[in-house]
Amino acid sequence: MTGLREQRPADRVLEMTLDGEPVKFTEGETIYEVAERHRKDVPTLCYDPRLEAFGACRLCVVEVEGVRNPVASCTTPATDGMIVKTRTAILEKHRKTLLELVVSENRNVEVDELSGYASQELTELVDRYEARTGRFAGKQSGTTNDADRNPFILRDYDNCISCYRCVRVCAEQEGDYAISVMNRGFATQITAEFGRDLRDSQCTFCGQCVQTCPTGALGDKKALRDAETPGEVRKTRSICPYCGVGCSVDLLTKGEKLVGVLPAMDGPANEGALCVKGQYAFDFVQNADRLGKPLIRRDDGELHECEWDEALDFAANGFKEAIAKHGRRSVYGVASGRAPHEAAYTMQKFIRAGCGTNYIDNCSRA
Amino acid sequence: MSNPLRDMEHPDVIFAIGTNMTECHPVAATRLKKALARGARMIVADPRKIRLASLADVYLPIRVGSDVALLLAMAHVIERDGLVNWEFIEARTAGGDDFLTHVKQFTPEWAAGICEVPAADIERAARLYGEGAPSAIYYTLGITEHICGVDNVKSLCNLALMTGNLGVEGGGINPMRGQNNIQGAGDCGAIPNNYPGFQPVDDPGNCAKFSTAYGREIDCERGITKVTALDRCGMDEDGIHAMLIDGENTVVTDPDKNHCEHALKSLDHLVVIDIFLTDTAELADVVFPATAWGETDGVQTNTERRVQRLRQAVRPPGEARPDWWIISQIATRMGVPGFEFAEAKEVFNELCGLSPIYAGLDWDRIADGEYQWPVPEAGHPGTPRLHEKEFTNGRGLFSIIGYRDPAEVISEEFPVWLTTGRRLQSYHTRTQTGRSAGIEYLLPNETLEVNPDDAAAWGLENGAMVRMSSARGSIEIPVKVTGMSPKGTVFTSFSFANVPVNVLTGSGYDPVTQTAELKVCPVRIEAL
Repeated sequence: MTGLREQRPADRVLEMTLDGEPVKFTEGETIYEVAERHRKDVPTLCYDPRLEAFGACRLCVVEVEGVRNPVASCTTPATDGMIVKTRTAILEKHRKTLLELVVSENRNVEVDELSGYASQELTELVDRYEARTGRFAGKQSGTTNDADRNPFILRDYDNCISCYRCVRVCAEQEGDYAISVMNRGFATQITAEFGRDLRDSQCTFCGQCVQTCPTGALGDKKALRDAETPGEVRKTRSICPYCGVGCSVDLLTKGEKLVGVLPAMDGPANEGALCVKGQYAFDFVQNADRLGKPLIRRDDGELHECEWDEALDFAANGFKEAIAKHGRRSVYGVASGRAPHEAAYTMQKFIRAGCGTNYIDNCSRA
Repeated sequence: MSNPLRDMEHPDVIFAIGTNMTECHPVAATRLKKALARGARMIVADPRKIRLASLADVYLPIRVGSDVALLLAMAHVIERDGLVNWEFIEARTAGGDDFLTHVKQFTPEWAAGICEVPAADIERAARLYGEGAPSAIYYTLGITEHICGVDNVKSLCNLALMTGNLGVEGGGINPMRGQNNIQGAGDCGAIPNNYPGFQPVDDPGNCAKFSTAYGREIDCERGITKVTALDRCGMDEDGIHAMLIDGENTVVTDPDKNHCEHALKSLDHLVVIDIFLTDTAELADVVFPATAWGETDGVQTNTERRVQRLRQAVRPPGEARPDWWIISQIATRMGVPGFEFAEAKEVFNELCGLSPIYAGLDWDRIADGEYQWPVPEAGHPGTPRLHEKEFTNGRGLFSIIGYRDPAEVISEEFPVWLTTGRRLQSYHTRTQTGRSAGIEYLLPNETLEVNPDDAAAWGLENGAMVRMSSARGSIEIPVKVTGMSPKGTVFTSFSFANVPVNVLTGSGYDPVTQTAELKVCPVRIEAL
């Protein structure tokens, strides 16, 4: 599980037959990757395109001519001349049965979409295959960890299907190895070192395990605070406001409330990754301490709320007076390394066009 | 960064110096970890035993402020052992001969005495870097926040030039920028020496271009830095008497807090734009409420020069307005023309029209964040990797650098090195992370990290309160005993208002950039 996919040579173009159509592929591609490119919508639960293929859920099985049993398309390389069928009656029956089995062990199939990026995957497949039959009702696997009081990561293992995506993303993507697996078979349990709280493990609370979980077993506790808040969840693409890496995020809102953050899988800088600040430190925005009115210092020496016109005129007059009294080189501008370009640009223009000087700097020297 | 972030997965040898990347740029660090998983090797130079150190093949716990000595000795070994890339030096650089002669005197044994690491480890690091195909350098403020910050950066450039590790995939010299748009502030010309797009203000052509564009004559000489401006606040001669500060908590983040507060208080007119009533805003005559992230449309540039769009998702509180609107209103009311912007898009497009590195961009073109500057004309694909064919100024210049001690060194009165930085879970002065629910569960308070041997020698236990003093002031702080700190060096962050560590710092400034030596401050520690 530690290795990473090798760079693939893209020079040789090969051909295979996919559901009766000839399709081209490059050496090293798996059947699943070729099928995805041709929008075959092969179902998966243990697959995350960023991770090494794992072949655990068996939903992605396909029929290959000349091979007796269906093969897992995510772990099988495409080969020249291969004839593959992705959707036959037998495959679909097999997939439905697997889903019925998976569902039979889980307490919930419906999970709030605020749980995480991939949280709807199981629900959607169960609906697509009409797998809510209750044929295999029986014992439930996985034990929820209620004792971990961390404010960010819900650990509701009653809904765990042992796809290991959380374990793998922590190891392969983050290199942190904070999550591991205890026991085998029906008793399989995802856990942190020595069964302790995540805070006492190597976990950095980047939230990647939450975002890759296909069932909501791991959930975004912070976003879920707003599960009952009325309104549709809306997504707005933006960039994280913290360090200079510039990770792409989708802001989750309900009405005018910012309720959470999702990492953007197609973000050029982060490709789906985030850290604890980008993932969870967003609610300063709607904190009660935010300033909502201009403030002006009055004769009593205190700052008081005032109207925009008064504040703007006062600010403008103060600069005009300084220039009149002490000359244009008495005014200085400090731009922010936190505000957008438009702030920094107008600030330098204010100093250059307003005073004719270069008395302008930003906070990068601190 | 000379190279794109994705290149971080492809070095053969990683040289991380003065960068606590897993805490300060965690997502970038995941790419280095992937490179390591692929078999890349890593050299880490940092006084503190940070997470990267535990992943390193060679770890150099150098004394704070000794970077130049280490880098000179590495250059010495690379030259001595025949690892110089002569082809690159001849084709692409200038000053190589003088430099290679210069480094002959700086042996690993000499550096070992200054850096307090074994000479053999310096040799190993040098050979590893010199043999890497390619080798990539990553650094952060551990390199720049020194009186010799410029020398440190130039020394790193020397290493890359002598081994030809520039303009190649997986190589380069890569500063990791610490704030979301600190690169952008420079791009936009919010610096005393450059107009937007890094066009020098003292070039008459540039001066004329902007004087014409802005409709008024502009000085053809560089302005003063913020450090100088703060020194001159309220002075009779050449004094600064009015200041407009946008979104910076100057009195907490800047060195020598008491000096800084005094400076701002001596202004006739201080206008602050911010989203909270920060310690700095508390000193202002007028405070304007700005829109925050998530409430405004705009643009920012990341550390790999990628120009990306921010988008509004929610309404701002009360009457908060965008910074650009507030500044434009003040300018207009002063009678300055050219600030009739109706939306952020117009501001950005005006910038693109004046900046050669953005000439091929506009608001709509950057919607998906696919461009890394320079983008000299429309249709240009952008420049993920700098210096591929030639350097901006033609040839890459070697610099002759010598080692200097930090501005203040340990003494009988102040016998311990203090170094400062950030932590994963908090950001700067916590105006934002401190107001985000749950963060306090992970990082409830600030501590002073002390080596176990030191703690034993000083009679301190975990949690003990100490008074830490420098030549400028003193603060009280609880101790955390940890092997992260080397013997004789302590660490804390500047995040918590009740532990204002910048009361202590401010021993000196780089003579070129005037960046403060925030990474080195001799202190005395007394149990309370």
